[in-house]
Amino acid sequence: MIQTENLTKQFGSTLAVERLTLTVEQGEVFGFLGPNGAGKTTTVRMLASLISPTQGRAIVNGFEVGKQDDQIRRSVGVLTETPGLYDNLSAEYNLRIFANLYEVRDPAGQVEKYLRMLGLWERRFEPTATFSKGMKQKLAIARALLHEPKVLFLDEPTAGLDPESARLVRDFIAELRREGRTIFLCTHNLDEADRLCDRIAVFKTRLLVVDTPERLRQRMFGRKVVFHLRNPDEIMVAKIAGLPFVSEARLVDGRLLVTLDDPESRNPEIVRQLVMDGAEIQFVGELRYSLEEVYLRLVRNDSVPADGAAFVLKNGVEKKK
Amino acid sequence: MKKVQTIVLKEWAEVFRNRMVLFSVIFLPLLMAAIPLAIIFASRGSMTSEQYGEMPAQVETFCSAELSSGECFQVYMVSQFMLMFMILPLAIPSTISAYSIIGEKTSRTLEPLLATPITTFELLAGKSLAALLPAIAATYLSFGIFSLGSWLLIPNPTVFAAMMDPRWLIAVFLVGPLLSLVSVNVSVMISSRVTDPRAAEQLTALLVVPLLAIFFGQFAGFFVINRELVLAGALFLLLIDAILIFLSTQVFQRETILTRWK
Repeated sequence: MIQTENLTKQFGSTLAVERLTLTVEQGEVFGFLGPNGAGKTTTVRMLASLISPTQGRAIVNGFEVGKQDDQIRRSVGVLTETPGLYDNLSAEYNLRIFANLYEVRDPAGQVEKYLRMLGLWERRFEPTATFSKGMKQKLAIARALLHEPKVLFLDEPTAGLDPESARLVRDFIAELRREGRTIFLCTHNLDEADRLCDRIAVFKTRLLVVDTPERLRQRMFGRKVVFHLRNPDEIMVAKIAGLPFVSEARLVDGRLLVTLDDPESRNPEIVRQLVMDGAEIQFVGELRYSLEEVYLRLVRNDSVPADGAAFVLKNGVEKKK
Repeated sequence: MKKVQTIVLKEWAEVFRNRMVLFSVIFLPLLMAAIPLAIIFASRGSMTSEQYGEMPAQVETFCSAELSSGECFQVYMVSQFMLMFMILPLAIPSTISAYSIIGEKTSRTLEPLLATPITTFELLAGKSLAALLPAIAATYLSFGIFSLGSWLLIPNPTVFAAMMDPRWLIAVFLVGPLLSLVSVNVSVMISSRVTDPRAAEQLTALLVVPLLAIFFGQFAGFFVINRELVLAGALFLLLIDAILIFLSTQVFQRETILTRWK
């Protein structure tokens, strides 16, 4: 649905986007993460045919950026960083303007559909200046959907919203995914990306990594299992660390922390070994790293280990295994 | 065409909520009609035949044998103020377009607009027409009020006919719209470079300066605006408009505006 090849944008001497190559599949929610000034908005603007690339190529919905801009604009919806609504005009009129500009066949019907869907129908004749941030954001999303685009670019859709409004917007994005739309989601909210996105890309002028949130965790931290023991001791830990499939085993706050690649098949062996050594096991669980930890490590290091490799902590020193 | 119409109606819905714009579109035309009418009213029978000889020579060019000295003076004074009708097509578009274009900047509404399949020509045509049409309508309305008022105030049809000289009809109905187009295009270009609506308005207001120079030039007797001069002015403005339309579409670069406007 979206394909880029060495997509580059330079403003004077400033390189905003450097040789971005990625593919976003149809019906996918693709998270595009990166710090402020990383070039996320510039990328969205290029893909939505708002600005042209300096180098490289991008195909969106089968149309080439820079050559078929009009077709791209007809087939994509864009939610910009700020809602950008006409504050003095009513919600209904705001949408009607865009329905006409997108040449929607049934403007009144589409406007009503989305105003009702987003719970704004009752306040349709009120100027948007009287709306809360959440309502404005919902209206801006409705505006991006009026022409039923197959691809949606959402730039920070929940930024500045209260938890309830953010939840509403997130639920709506999930609903759009169920409808089979392709969503390119720029966000700083890592929890949101974790929950909504099929895959995420971490970007800082250039692409650092693309993968599913789960695989990224594994690539960055490996998989870790925590055993809560009533009577932990160093001998038990040494024996577990000696098992051939265990990368690392250590005691942390009285709990045994084991790093290994395939806990589903190896955990029973660890449990057996511990029981044989007289351990009393209270709980067993997987230690799950947040996407925030993954993200921070990526943007600070500017690099990612290859698939299957993992960073482990030994004596407080980070080493690549 | 539908997209241009959408932009025009959207602009009007937005800008006419602004009191400053409303003032310039409603009050200014009334003022411009009221001033020459007041002169006509005040100068009725105020001049004797003896005083005719004391009037400046340029006044004579406005008079014919059928007019009394008082009537001749009326025609002269009103002819001076006819140029003031040209302020309307210059001032009104600048007020509207200054808010409509920079308003998009400040409220950050331009990016969603540019993300639609609207062409730059359609967008600029919509914005220009939104500023142009009220200015032309206000000029015509103002001139209409003046014509009606002078018909009521002037008993002598010869005086009325002298005031409604074809040169002023050409000026109001042809030069007026061409001046509006100059004002709109200059506003578009200025708006593409500055970020404050007031700065754009003030810079565009400088367009009135050449008009004031012509006004005072005629008033001081340096020259008399005749039909040939008005037609030559219209041709000159036509050329200027063609150049300005080209330049404003060049200046209004989507990418520059999106990435440079803060």
